[in-house]
Amino acid sequence: MLEKIKEITADSLGADVNTLTAETSFKEDLGADSLDLFEMVMALEEEFEVEIPTEDLENIKTIGDVEAYLQSRQ
Amino acid sequence: MTGKIKGTGSYIPVQVWDNDKLSHMMDTSDEWIRGRTGIGQRHIASGEETVSYMAAKAGEAALADAKMKPEEIDLILVSTMSAEIIMPCAACEVQKLLGAVHATCFDLNGACTGFLLALNTAQAYLGGRIYRTALVIGAEALSHLTNWQDRSTCVLFGDGAGAVVLEADPSAVYVQATHSIGNGGGALTCASRNQPGFAEENADLTPTYMQMDGKEVFKFAVSKVPEVIQEVLEQAGKTKEEIRYYMLHQANSRIVSSVAKHMKEPLEKFPMNIENLGNTSSASIPILLDEWKKKERLKAGDWIILSGFGGGLTYGASLLKWLI
Repeated sequence: MLEKIKEITADSLGADVNTLTAETSFKEDLGADSLDLFEMVMALEEEFEVEIPTEDLENIKTIGDVEAYLQSRQ
Repeated sequence: MTGKIKGTGSYIPVQVWDNDKLSHMMDTSDEWIRGRTGIGQRHIASGEETVSYMAAKAGEAALADAKMKPEEIDLILVSTMSAEIIMPCAACEVQKLLGAVHATCFDLNGACTGFLLALNTAQAYLGGRIYRTALVIGAEALSHLTNWQDRSTCVLFGDGAGAVVLEADPSAVYVQATHSIGNGGGALTCASRNQPGFAEENADLTPTYMQMDGKEVFKFAVSKVPEVIQEVLEQAGKTKEEIRYYMLHQANSRIVSSVAKHMKEPLEKFPMNIENLGNTSSASIPILLDEWKKKERLKAGDWIILSGFGGGLTYGASLLKWLI
């Protein structure tokens, strides 16, 4: 799952997939703003077939957070 | 029978508010606004620049471009959600200001998709051979509906008007698709002030200004616009490669570039003028058309897709052949 999340992150935010780790922060390390995150969330929702409400985004800061969140939703 | 676009026109208010001005009014910055929206400035209506005045000016320019007289127009449709006057409708005011004495006139509110819906309505009248010519206008003074205390929305909007003249022509091609999602309407709202609760002293007027759930609107636009464009392409038996320009409602440059990315089409095929005008709702598509025509970027025979999306929720796309 982590690899797939990295792939989606790299594609949505224009980052090099090899530099991404579970600790990578979307805002701090990748300079993503809220619209970048919406775009990434759309791709995640499509890939993992879940609906991610806006409120839940507040606690998602890193790639590892996404993994933990998606696992909790499955 | 279908109508061809015979002329275009627009009117942009004189007063300009750039991002620096807004940064003195509230906690925001040029960098923040540009980065998230692509907007550098917006024009704000003032003085005599009412919705019907701007609509009439745009209509006048479109008639001149089409080399037609106001008396030759059978139908005037104004798309707006921000007219200062509810009755008479803006289209009747345009009729009066232009002297288009033979026209039937009414307004239509389809939020940011409004211009496309008005164009479709006019095409249906022309197709039914009820009318032969139409003046279709999108005109908005969104600054009246903007909450200047809400920095998440007020930086987005601007005022202006755009118009096209349609004339029935056997060589014209027009293929349209539209949809509405009433269930999603809560993502973009603005209540009318003309109701009891808001007349009271100390009433909370927040609902009477535009309110937006940015994430929902972004997701809606980026997922539905490519879908409806594909729908008209299939209906018309055309491919993406045959389309010269996609003229999208100028809501946010990030939405436009995300749509281009999802469609796997080059961004150069998506004209934008949002940097100078902001989001002018139903005026944005005809203003953009007029700008591209004046810049001589449109050639007779070009296939163009117009696409609008916004409050309602409503969205649609129209494919047409440029014939002038």
